[in-house]
Amino acid sequence: MERREGSGGVGALLGRAARAVYALAMTALGVVMEPLQRLLGVRRMPWVFLLPNLLIFGVFVLFPVFLNAYVSLTGGTQLFPQDRPFVGLANYERLFDCRDFGDPNSCAEDRFWRAVRNTGTFVLFQVGGMVLISLVTALVLNRDVRFRGFFRSVYFYPVLLSPVVVALIWKWILQRDGALNALLVGVGLEPVNFLLDGRWAMTWVIAVSVWAHMGFYTLILLAGLQSIPAELYDAAAIDGAGGWRSFRNVTLPLLMPTMMVVLVLALIRAFQTFDEVYVLTGGGPGTATMMIVQYIYQTGFATQVQRFGLAAAASVLLGLVLLVATLVQLRVGRGTEGHLA
Amino acid sequence: MSVAAFLGRRRGRRGPDLTDVLTYAYLAVGVVVMFGPVAWLVLSSFKTQSALVEFPPSLLPTAPVTAQVEGYPQPLPLYDVALPDGSTRRMAQVRRVGLEAQMVDPDDPGEVVRVPVADRTEVRAVRFQLENYTEPLRRFNFLTYLKNSVVVTVVATLITLVINSMAAFALAKYRFRGRNAVFLLILATLMIPLSVILVPVYLVIVQVGWVNDLWGVIVPGAATPTGVFLLRQYMLTIPDELLDAARIDGASEWRIYWQVVLPLAAPALAVLAIFSVMWRWNDFLWPLIVLTRSEYFTLQVGLNAFQGELNVQWHYVLAMTVLTLLPITLVFSFLQRFITTGIASTGVKG
Repeated sequence: MERREGSGGVGALLGRAARAVYALAMTALGVVMEPLQRLLGVRRMPWVFLLPNLLIFGVFVLFPVFLNAYVSLTGGTQLFPQDRPFVGLANYERLFDCRDFGDPNSCAEDRFWRAVRNTGTFVLFQVGGMVLISLVTALVLNRDVRFRGFFRSVYFYPVLLSPVVVALIWKWILQRDGALNALLVGVGLEPVNFLLDGRWAMTWVIAVSVWAHMGFYTLILLAGLQSIPAELYDAAAIDGAGGWRSFRNVTLPLLMPTMMVVLVLALIRAFQTFDEVYVLTGGGPGTATMMIVQYIYQTGFATQVQRFGLAAAASVLLGLVLLVATLVQLRVGRGTEGHLA
Repeated sequence: MSVAAFLGRRRGRRGPDLTDVLTYAYLAVGVVVMFGPVAWLVLSSFKTQSALVEFPPSLLPTAPVTAQVEGYPQPLPLYDVALPDGSTRRMAQVRRVGLEAQMVDPDDPGEVVRVPVADRTEVRAVRFQLENYTEPLRRFNFLTYLKNSVVVTVVATLITLVINSMAAFALAKYRFRGRNAVFLLILATLMIPLSVILVPVYLVIVQVGWVNDLWGVIVPGAATPTGVFLLRQYMLTIPDELLDAARIDGASEWRIYWQVVLPLAAPALAVLAIFSVMWRWNDFLWPLIVLTRSEYFTLQVGLNAFQGELNVQWHYVLAMTVLTLLPITLVFSFLQRFITTGIASTGVKG
């Protein structure tokens, strides 16, 4: 009992100290803000409050968007835009300089097209597989299971891990002398060098990505499932609908808006995949798992000759793809709202 | 049939049936698949360097058992020796000469027995190799990486909380021309991920002189649209009468912000703080570009550089990986319910 009072005392003391620091810091900032209010008047104060945020947005998001478009039209290896020669659409022409778009080898920038292909494969299977697994998991968790909170956090836990940690965990398991090969040998199979075989590497890159992110989408789908009113199921049961029919006629249509959100969110993120893959395989073997963002990173930052123009052009193209995905999401969102109303 | 029953039964009312078995089987597999790799990492991180290259690997971290034997200054490794008469004895190895080993009985060290090496097996016991954790902290830059990560995470989160809440306060509690335009502009930046503007943001950072400077990692991501949106929605629910009452009492707008509105928005601030900590602690691509000198590396960048070196020192890499995931795991285990409900209701990506 005494001990609890003691720790409560420490807690209260810490709380009071935190409040004192907070008040001190805020009063200090007030030394700037209060004269500003006298100077500008209350009506202009919202702009003062917005200023720091807008400044950072402007300098580090909005201005770069335009700068990116401009840099993509310049050539050379100089860093600063004012030193770079204007080359018009040459970077885009180089990216699209292909005799046969089905064959990366015929392209001037073959690495770009390999990255495009890899990203396409990745997006298709990662998003497809992940949405499916997340849906099944959400349906399972939506049943009357014991310890639901526990199981929900089991699936969610990897979402919080950093991409570097996720990649290292799996690199350790997938390496030649790793745990997975030990299991394979244990059941009498041949060990496989998973990360040094192109197809296996892509398969595992996709699987690891699903492992790391499915918990997030499961959580959203579960929230969607739980918002479906129970009365609808009761009504369906009264109408004689069995399990399968009530799933098709009640669950699926009402879950559709959530499904669309999940699908588009997953798509937008999958197009930008970089860090897990980069740490797990380095884009290899060869270029077998190199994604678009890695191409941009390496073209602009990780080579001897830093081709910022080409990297910027590629990122403008990536931005356009993401923009289309976002617009589809807005469109679909509005469509389903209309449908429900 | 069972699939239909499975899909149909939202809430079980009767006793357990096949679908319940399937459900729990699925969840059990889930626990193994989701937690197994992390558990394997943690177990492996305590193994000695030689145990790590063993194939097949042992489940638990084990190390050879040694014993102090009278007459020998060094502790000697213990072996179970199969003797010619069929019995097994636990003996200590003095030295090994070719295919023969010289063994002594630890309790009676006078007599040296020569046995073929094939007839003895090493005695191993579970032991946690804590040097995997202490050594890299001493010998490599990990303490610096750790310090950089903590600085970035704490400073960035504080800045994010202050400037996002200021912007949210302006958007939620004032009527002024251009308010909706500003709000839409901020929401629009949600559509522009960093990976799309890597080159120009880097140019800005170079111009400002923030390459190899932690500020270059902290500032660009500080004005999160998600944070502004989250806080604005929450502040809309705070009644304006409270603000008016404070104004009548002569409080300045700044004082209203920090003494009236912020304390009431504490739950939303807490959610944003948790997300910000996760974003910053786990951030990789941007620090990788801005920080090129190892004394400025954050943990994630440092860990990546360390694992990419020619001779991967797995025993250190694994331990440092555990150290990197530890803070997030602790935060999660304490605030698990808070985080999952926060994400489910806001759709913010953790």
